[in-house]
Amino acid sequence: MSMPHDGTSAPPAVAVRMTAIVKRFGPVTANRGASLLVPAGEIHAVVGENGAGKSTLMHILAGLYEPDAGSVEVEGRDVTGWTTREAIAAGVGMVHQHFMLVPTLTVAENVVLGREPRRGLAVDMALAQEQVVALGRQFGLTVDPRRRVADLSVGEAQRVEILKALLRGARILILDEPTAVLSPPETRELWRVLRRLQEGGATTILITHKLDEVMEISSALTVMRHGESTARLTTSETSPAAIARAMVGRDVVLGTGSGTGDRSPAGARDAMAGGRVHALEVQNLVIATPTRERAVDGVTFGIDPGEIFGIAGVEGNGQTELVEAIAGLRHVSSGTVLLGDRDLTRASVRERTDAGLAHIPEDRHRRGLVLDFPVADNLILGLQHRFSRRGRLDREAIGAQAARQVADFDIRPPDAARPARALSGGNQQKVVIAREMGRAYRVLLAAQPTRGVDVGAIEFIHERLRAARAEGKAVLLVSAELPEILALADRIAVMYRGRLAAILDRRDATTERLGALMTGASAADVLPA
Amino acid sequence: MTAPAAPSSAAPTGARRARTAMAESLLPPIVALLIALVAGDLLILAFGQSPAAVFGLLLEGTWGNAYGFGQVLYKATTLICTGLAVALGLRAGLFNIGAEGQMVVGAFAAALVGMWLPGGTPALLAVPLAIAAALVAGGGAGWVPGVLKARFGAHEVIVTIMLNFIILALVNWIVAAHLRVPETLHTPEIQAGRVARLSTVVPAFHGSAANFTIVAALAAAAFVWWYLFRSRPGFDLRAAGLQPDAAEYGGVRVGRVWIRTLALSGALAGLGGINFVLGYKHYYEEGVTGGFGFLGIAVALVGRNHPLGVVLAAFFFATLSQGGLAINALVPKQFVEVLQGVVILAVAAAVPEVRRVVRLGVGGSGERT
Amino acid sequence: MNATDIAAQIIRIAIPYLFAASGGVLAERAGIVSLALEGFMLTGAFAAAVGSWMTGDPWIGVLCGVTAGALFGLVHAVATIRYRADQVVAGIAINLLVIGLTRLGLQYWFDSSSNSPRVEGFAAATGEGGLLLATLQNPLVIAGLLVAPVLTWVVYRTAFGLRVRSVGEHPAAAASLGVQVPRVRYAAVILSGLLASLGGVYLALDQHQFTDNMTAGRGFIALAAVIFGRWDPARAALACFLFAAAETLQIALQGAQVLPSQFVQMIPYVLTIVALAGLVGRSVPPAALGRAE
Repeated sequence: MSMPHDGTSAPPAVAVRMTAIVKRFGPVTANRGASLLVPAGEIHAVVGENGAGKSTLMHILAGLYEPDAGSVEVEGRDVTGWTTREAIAAGVGMVHQHFMLVPTLTVAENVVLGREPRRGLAVDMALAQEQVVALGRQFGLTVDPRRRVADLSVGEAQRVEILKALLRGARILILDEPTAVLSPPETRELWRVLRRLQEGGATTILITHKLDEVMEISSALTVMRHGESTARLTTSETSPAAIARAMVGRDVVLGTGSGTGDRSPAGARDAMAGGRVHALEVQNLVIATPTRERAVDGVTFGIDPGEIFGIAGVEGNGQTELVEAIAGLRHVSSGTVLLGDRDLTRASVRERTDAGLAHIPEDRHRRGLVLDFPVADNLILGLQHRFSRRGRLDREAIGAQAARQVADFDIRPPDAARPARALSGGNQQKVVIAREMGRAYRVLLAAQPTRGVDVGAIEFIHERLRAARAEGKAVLLVSAELPEILALADRIAVMYRGRLAAILDRRDATTERLGALMTGASAADVLPA
Repeated sequence: MTAPAAPSSAAPTGARRARTAMAESLLPPIVALLIALVAGDLLILAFGQSPAAVFGLLLEGTWGNAYGFGQVLYKATTLICTGLAVALGLRAGLFNIGAEGQMVVGAFAAALVGMWLPGGTPALLAVPLAIAAALVAGGGAGWVPGVLKARFGAHEVIVTIMLNFIILALVNWIVAAHLRVPETLHTPEIQAGRVARLSTVVPAFHGSAANFTIVAALAAAAFVWWYLFRSRPGFDLRAAGLQPDAAEYGGVRVGRVWIRTLALSGALAGLGGINFVLGYKHYYEEGVTGGFGFLGIAVALVGRNHPLGVVLAAFFFATLSQGGLAINALVPKQFVEVLQGVVILAVAAAVPEVRRVVRLGVGGSGERT
Repeated sequence: MNATDIAAQIIRIAIPYLFAASGGVLAERAGIVSLALEGFMLTGAFAAAVGSWMTGDPWIGVLCGVTAGALFGLVHAVATIRYRADQVVAGIAINLLVIGLTRLGLQYWFDSSSNSPRVEGFAAATGEGGLLLATLQNPLVIAGLLVAPVLTWVVYRTAFGLRVRSVGEHPAAAASLGVQVPRVRYAAVILSGLLASLGGVYLALDQHQFTDNMTAGRGFIALAAVIFGRWDPARAALACFLFAAAETLQIALQGAQVLPSQFVQMIPYVLTIVALAGLVGRSVPPAALGRAE
């Protein structure tokens, strides 16, 4: 890899300097004093877990958000609070993770939209196509300008996005997780393009959490955690392990008890497991999504009664699809889901509920609650059939159940008639947990159970999960929070690109190992032979 | 760009929330009525009349005498049915614009039963049979777009619009080709299944078309209320309408809810057809709906998709409709059609606007969803 | 009827559809549901009759018609774009409003509940050239035949068309490139009102009078053509001709009792449902159609 600057030249000019950026969204603070320094001509990686504030910081740089505090300088000019339009005019272009392309338009139409070359009253499409081809040739971004974007592969669509930015004169290019959707050859192709851009003097900022990529392409990197920039490292002087450490943090307090210390007695667990029948067993599960043929790519595991099985991993590696498929909300391409000895692969949601499956969904606002329903009605969502007789809702039973659960789960304010929308995040989640865990069940799917809830509620939820284990329930815990997984799980799997990269026993799992597995290392690299 | 929300330390209190909800549901119709009032005044002035006199006459001719009120009752009966049909659909997130056609088949089916039953059939048997026919026919006309949406993804708005025309053409053809009384455009009178006029009990209503179908309409409103808020299918329906993903998570099969709801919605609109056939003219003819299928949309909108609101809104629009005749001496009766259009447009525009303003006032909706 | 007479008849029936369907294509391609075509047409018909009646000049009638159409397009745009009113409801409201207003107008100007007096139109004397030549002497017929090709060029070749297509499919993407989404939609909806109103203008001037509710559901047939034509100006125009040909056939066969006229009337609607359900080649609407943002 060629170094961007040799030792003899003057110190590189600064392309981007962001200082003490604060950005809040209502009660959530996404950036709390984050900073970023990128010299001109550098390929700079911004790494961090989901929710670390990377995207927010980049959206501020691209003019999509206005920071609440802090300053943004681009090429020495204070541009704090500028708009997208001003950012584009100043040569800052952003390629979003979810492409901003009009699928029914052609490549050339997408590229020139908003600044169309004209000939008379018409768009000079021939010129537009030439521009696309010429720019493409210059930077190695080949794509047929006449094709419809809907017919392109993701890699090609991404090239169109980059072309869009380049045509608008971008000298500073921001790429938000550009490789998340790319195949390895496409990724290599992207690296070639970025190096060509670098040779042309362009600056690239790359959001990613894949450390192999960071090591391969970047010259320096900034690590973000909890909305702050925790380290600025030179790639050649650091190691994946050191970056992983900075990403997940060493100063983690692992809750009140570590997983191993708190688990139910091993003997009891074995006894409950009975023969070789797991409480939940997933065999060779393959799931397709509209964008990915194998979003979940042959996952196999089993969970015993009295066990918490954790799945760690950066989001978007198939965890969501896996949980939804087990819950009956997503079609399975192949493979089996067994609850005890019962095959539920094709069962309806209600059949699964009645077979003893409980599910805390990862998105309570979209899935877990009907926000305009009162708390009482939300407490029976999915259990309507148990709270009605001959089509008639048993309002008395619903009220009694609500009163009981509001008290048992300390839902505040204790008013079951109020719409779920009016509750705080933590209390909304308590409603979901009360419904799912406050009934007889055998297997619990807990997806990101503490997301967006306050510290008190986190404690409460963790206690409940431990209690469930003690009662002999089988728990599948999916979380992007490593401390949570480490504090609760008995065994930990790491999901990466639709597969389980490894399944570790709690005593073998360390932050460093999990961090490495989450960012693409193989089990053989991480575990001692 | 997301403006940072003002740091509101405490969540809004229950009372404030309740007031917000009230404002969100009641404010749009009120705003719309005010706008319509202003627009109406201007129009009346354009015709060189005094607004007070015109509106006074309008009230006098409707609620001011028994005949006028009887006519309001008669028109409200149909509007309650079509308004309920639209409201039920909207609760499930479905826009049924087919009430017009569903009402036509309902009326036609009721007329067929009434014609075919022998003359001496007791009302206790004939009326329920005719009503059942109207419900089934209307329900069938609603079931079709439900299936097309659930199975083929065809949008119910377009399908129901197109079905209106198809149904109308089909029924017109049957009537014209096979059932018409010579020299007229209507079917023979029904032999059995007539619903008594209200004037048989309250003589003051004499001459008005008000009949006991109003009982069926009010019963339907009560049923819809029970169905929506007290039954399990209604729970599923509302969940599917508010948040389809959450409904699916809660074991609701959303496609089935669509089919069931549109069928039920069609049945309600079909019920509206009996008012004319069983209670008033005793035959089917083209134009039986009088546009009340479309006006059902206005009724549901102003009634905020609540059965009680629908009943009130039905009386409001019935008053306007009947009032047009009363004021004809001062301004043309079509004046009220303009007012209806203004009310609908204003409610439609006010609903999102009021929600925006009210929620801004409460503040602190900064959490990203 | 000979072949040219049949052609002339098809064209005369198709012209109102061609104008209205073009308006529908334009608005819907920009993402705004177009249920108000009927209202726009009726507005145009009435205003044209008034304008022509007052001045004796059909061109003033055209001017009044398109102005009124554009004005109601603006009303629809303000309701749906500025106030984010439900697009379906707003369209229906405009249809009801226009029916009422034109009836009021009939009373106000013509003191009638059914029709206006005779007004000046474009029709030339039917003489030597036969019906087809006479039909083609009407400038509105020429305009109606040209509107689809011109709209095709506008939608697929001009910057405005490109922006219309982008805001109807993916407004966020368009906005991220600096396209002013509301402005493009306003333009498209106002133009849509203007175009559709020309269909009504043609009707009124061709029949030399305005009669109550004279559009008689033609706006919905035009909407059917938009959907059956898969939101493409040329295909929608072909659908218009197809529907017009069916009607012509029905008129030609009248009395022959081959097929009841009601069944011919159903053709556009049945075809639209069939196309929408994807039973023969799926009709897929613009992705952002009907969504406020």
